[in-house]
Order: sequence, then structure tokens, then C-alpha cells
Amino acid sequence: MSQPSSTLPADSAAEPVKRSRFRPNPRTWRDRWTFVLFVLPNLALIAMFIYVPLFRNMYYSTLNWTIGSARATKIGLDNYVRFFTSPDGIAVWRTTGIFTVATVGGSMVLGLLVAVVLNKKLRGSTLARAAVFSPYVLSGVGVGLVWLFIFDPSFGVLGYFLRSIGLRSPDWFLNPNLSLVMVIIVYIWKNLGYCAVVYLAGLQSLPSDVMEAAALDGAGSWQRFTKVVLPLISPSTFFLLITTILNSLQAFDLLKIMTPLGNGTNTLIFEAYLQSFGAYQRAGYSAAIAVVLFLVLFIVTIVQLRFVERKVHYA
Amino acid sequence: MSAVTTSKKTPSQDLRQVDPNRRALSVRNVIATLVGGYLPLVLTVLVVFLPLLWMMMGSLKQPNEITTLTPQLLPKEPSLDNYAYVLDRVPLLLLFRNSLIVTVVGSSIKVVLALLSAYALVFIRFPFKDLIFVIILVALMVPPQVSMLPNYLTISELGGRNTLWGIILPGLGTAFGTFLLRQHFKTLPMSILEAAEMDGAGHWRRLWRIVLPISAPTVATVALVTIVTEWNDYLWPLVITDRPETMTLPVGLSLLQTLESNSGSYGYLMAGAVMVILPVLIVFAALQRHIVAGLTQGSVTG
Repeated sequence: MSQPSSTLPADSAAEPVKRSRFRPNPRTWRDRWTFVLFVLPNLALIAMFIYVPLFRNMYYSTLNWTIGSARATKIGLDNYVRFFTSPDGIAVWRTTGIFTVATVGGSMVLGLLVAVVLNKKLRGSTLARAAVFSPYVLSGVGVGLVWLFIFDPSFGVLGYFLRSIGLRSPDWFLNPNLSLVMVIIVYIWKNLGYCAVVYLAGLQSLPSDVMEAAALDGAGSWQRFTKVVLPLISPSTFFLLITTILNSLQAFDLLKIMTPLGNGTNTLIFEAYLQSFGAYQRAGYSAAIAVVLFLVLFIVTIVQLRFVERKVHYA
Repeated sequence: MSAVTTSKKTPSQDLRQVDPNRRALSVRNVIATLVGGYLPLVLTVLVVFLPLLWMMMGSLKQPNEITTLTPQLLPKEPSLDNYAYVLDRVPLLLLFRNSLIVTVVGSSIKVVLALLSAYALVFIRFPFKDLIFVIILVALMVPPQVSMLPNYLTISELGGRNTLWGIILPGLGTAFGTFLLRQHFKTLPMSILEAAEMDGAGHWRRLWRIVLPISAPTVATVALVTIVTEWNDYLWPLVITDRPETMTLPVGLSLLQTLESNSGSYGYLMAGAVMVILPVLIVFAALQRHIVAGLTQGSVTG
């Protein structure tokens, strides 16, 4: 505490006018200094490496520019036009859409299913909850390598199972559509535990008297689930919908490891990476994609902030 | 697949041995519990753990057990050859050390910065404090991926390519930790701090001596989530390093993947995957309650 107070006298003397207006005593000034010292490092880092880059990206996105090249031509919104109209750009939208919808839907539905399983009061279900959650915290690189081994058409264990029931293993690595299916499966495996734990918290907060009343009214278990449980856990559903959409749009590690050069798996973020750091080094185009990605994430977050209070009430 | 059948049977045997005398647990009830309760539970856990078990076993297998059309779960002659080979191909110990340094230094600074910011935002009076908080919070909306290209240029200009500080620096500003700690600090009773103020303790002392000790669980949560995230971080280190000596473990592993692209090398890749996955798995097993709480934060409060 000695540093802030040493700078104090000069500062409070320099502000005689304000002092008379707000009547702050020396302690207030010391508090303000402390505040600045406490918050500034964090704020400066956030500004320098998050906000400034955001605006620099917007500027770069108007350039035709190769990384490392000294020359850049201003081309206005051409990068955006190209991204929204070229077949490659449209393919990225399609891939992003399929990947996001499939992973969000898949991990939420399976997560709810797992949550129902975990919600039975059985011995070992606490341990099972932790086990189910664990893939969510593991390195995407490590997980991707493990699943590459499993999916390998010749030596993978999945192919072995398919062969043993008389099927042939499809070529997950060469066929772009199958590559997309493959990364979707692995992504769901990694994330469904997150959904399960959030849903489980929702299920466990259900008022038991409501459930008993529904049971007394003669509602069957399926009816109870669809008519009572699902509406009651709608806050969890909404929360998960938003967070999993945001997560899926930012998925990178698995995609990069399982399909290093992109093979029908070029989502917005993966394409932004490939365009600037992959084969092409098209900095301007990549920046445009990054800006679009930001806008998409921004819109999703705004939707969350607008509806979080209103929509998620017990129906 | 022998492991599957045994673990499915264990609970059933347990119940049958213990319960024949109790009426509530008649044979029918036991079967219903098994089919409706334990069977799905066990299946779920297996779906999660079999791939990880497969990884562990694969890392101990000889090449001829990897390139086989009839794979077995257990290695015939388990050996650490794959690990020795990986050690030879990429500087594995160096990668491990780099990851450790990046994780420890990066998360320590982040946690301290989050503590300082959150403390100031809650306990120190300042004009437009809420606006400052919003500025920090909105940064959560901008994923690091969006900033990767400008940050790459900035760090390159500063001479930070292929350095550990170049990996650490851009991620240091922390919105997540600040947010979580601020939420928690707001629930602390003001009276404790007022008492400390009376005793003449400054903000610095109040933070470390009073607020930190009574917030230990939340700080642990923030620290653990930060540590796990730093350890797993891949995109930024991948962009900013291209020399093995300064790579972190995930980046080194993807390098190993490009070096070993034939199918026979899965044993090596599994050994590498174990190196990056196992430490987190151990930390998670020990402290999962904190980590789960931190990562699902917001789900209960809406």
C-alpha cells in the first residue's frame, strides 16, 4: 500500500476545483488510485489483445494482402462479397451450419438422456457424473488423436466392429461428408457431459411436490416428462442452447487434428485459420471471415441477453 | 471386450448377494433397477471411458498389434517403447516443460489479475465502475480466435515468435476470472471488511488477508479452470510457434502427427495423447467438483 499513497499528494493538489465540487477527502483519492492500479493491468491487456485486434481485423478485412508482404491494396468490401457469394464461401456457411446444428442438437438431446440416467438415485451416480463430464476438460488435440485411431478404416477398432457384423468400414478420412460426420460424432462425445451436468442440475432443482402432484393426477412417466419436466427445465435448455452454439462456433482443435487441411470440415473459424496460416496466407480474406465470425457470436450473445430474463420462465 | 462384461455384472452380483431377505428388493425390483438404472449408467460410463482406455492400451502396444485387423483391448507384451520413440522424435520433455511453464506462469498471472480487478470492482469506490466492468465483460464475447491474426502481427513485431512469453502474453487479460470472482465477492458480508478498515488495513492487506482466505473455494475454481484451459490451449501456440524447442505439448503433438503420418504410428500418437490427457485427467479426478462448478457457472443462476 505504500506505492499508491506516495503518488497521492501531487494528484490531489492538482485537482483543486474538483475537490471543492465533490469534496473528496484524501482517502477517496487513495482509493481511486488503488482502483486504477488494481484494474489497469487487466484492462490494458484486454484492450491491447482483444479490443484493438478486433478493430484492426476490420481494417485488414478491406485489404487484398498476403501475410509478410509489404504491399496491400484497398479493395473495400470485396473480401466480404467473395465470402458471401463464392462457392467456397457458401460451402463454409453450409459446413458451419451443419456442424453447429448437429453438435448442438446431438449433445443436448444425448445430454438430457444421460442426465435422466444420472438423476436416478443409484450408488455410484456421483462418480458417473464426474466420469461423463471428464472428456469436456480434455485436450482437443489428444482426444482428436485418440479418435483418429478409432476411426482408422484399416486398423481402427470401429472398422473392426463394423466388419464383425458384416459391414465395411466407410472411408472417414477421404470422403468429405463422412469426415464432417466423424468430427461431429467426436465433438458430441466430448461435449455431451457438459450438457448432461447442466441438465442434471436442472432436474435436481425440480420441485418434488409438482412431480408428485402430476403422478397423483395419473400422468404416465412419458407424459410427466414431456408435459411437466421439459417445460420446467426450459431455463437449462435455453442456457445450454446459447452456450453450446457459442462453443460449437469456436470449435477448432478437433477439426484441425482430425482433418488437418480441412476436408468438408471448414467451419468459419477453421477457414479463417486456413486462409491466413494454412496454404494461402490471405490475410485480408481471413480477417473478413474473422469479423463475420465475431458478428455471428455477437448476435447469439445479444439474443441471450435479450431473452434470458423473459423467455426462460416456467411455462 | 472382456472388461465390458465383467463391469456390467458386478453391480448385479452385489445386489443379489446382499438383498435376498428384503422385500422391497424382490427379484423383480432388482431386475428393474438393473435394467432401468444401472445398465444405462454403466453403458454411459463405458461410452466415455472405452476410448480413453483404448488410448492407454494403444500406447503400450507394439507396432504389430497396432497394424492388425483384429485388434485386442489388452496389449500382449505391454512396453513403454512408444514413449521412448516419441521422446526420440520430438523433444517431448522440453514440450512438457514448456507446457508446464506456460500453464503455471500464465494461470498465476491471470488469477492474480482477476483477483485484483474483481476486488477493486466490488470493494473500491470509483466513478463509472459498472461501465468498466461491462468493458471487461464484453471481452468474453470476443473469442481469441477472432484476434489471432492481429495478435500474430503484434507479437511478431515485438519479437515474440517462438518464445514462451509470446505464447503467454496475449491471453493474460482475463474476463472469465474477473466475472466469476466479482459475482462471488458481491456475496461476502461487508461487515468483515469494514472491521478491517477500522483496524487500518489497506486494500492490499484486506484483499490478501481477508477476502482471499474466505473465498478460497471460488479462487480454486477459477484457478483450476484457468490451468486446464491454458494446458489445453492449441490455436494460439500453434500460430505463434514453429520451432519444436518452444512448442507446447498440444502443438508438439500435432507436429508429431505430421511427422508420423502412416497408419502404423498410432502407437506413438497414443503415447503422445496420454502425455497431454493424463495430467488433466488426474487433476480432474482429484478436484472435479471445483472444475465442474466453474465450467457450468451461470447455469443455475440463469
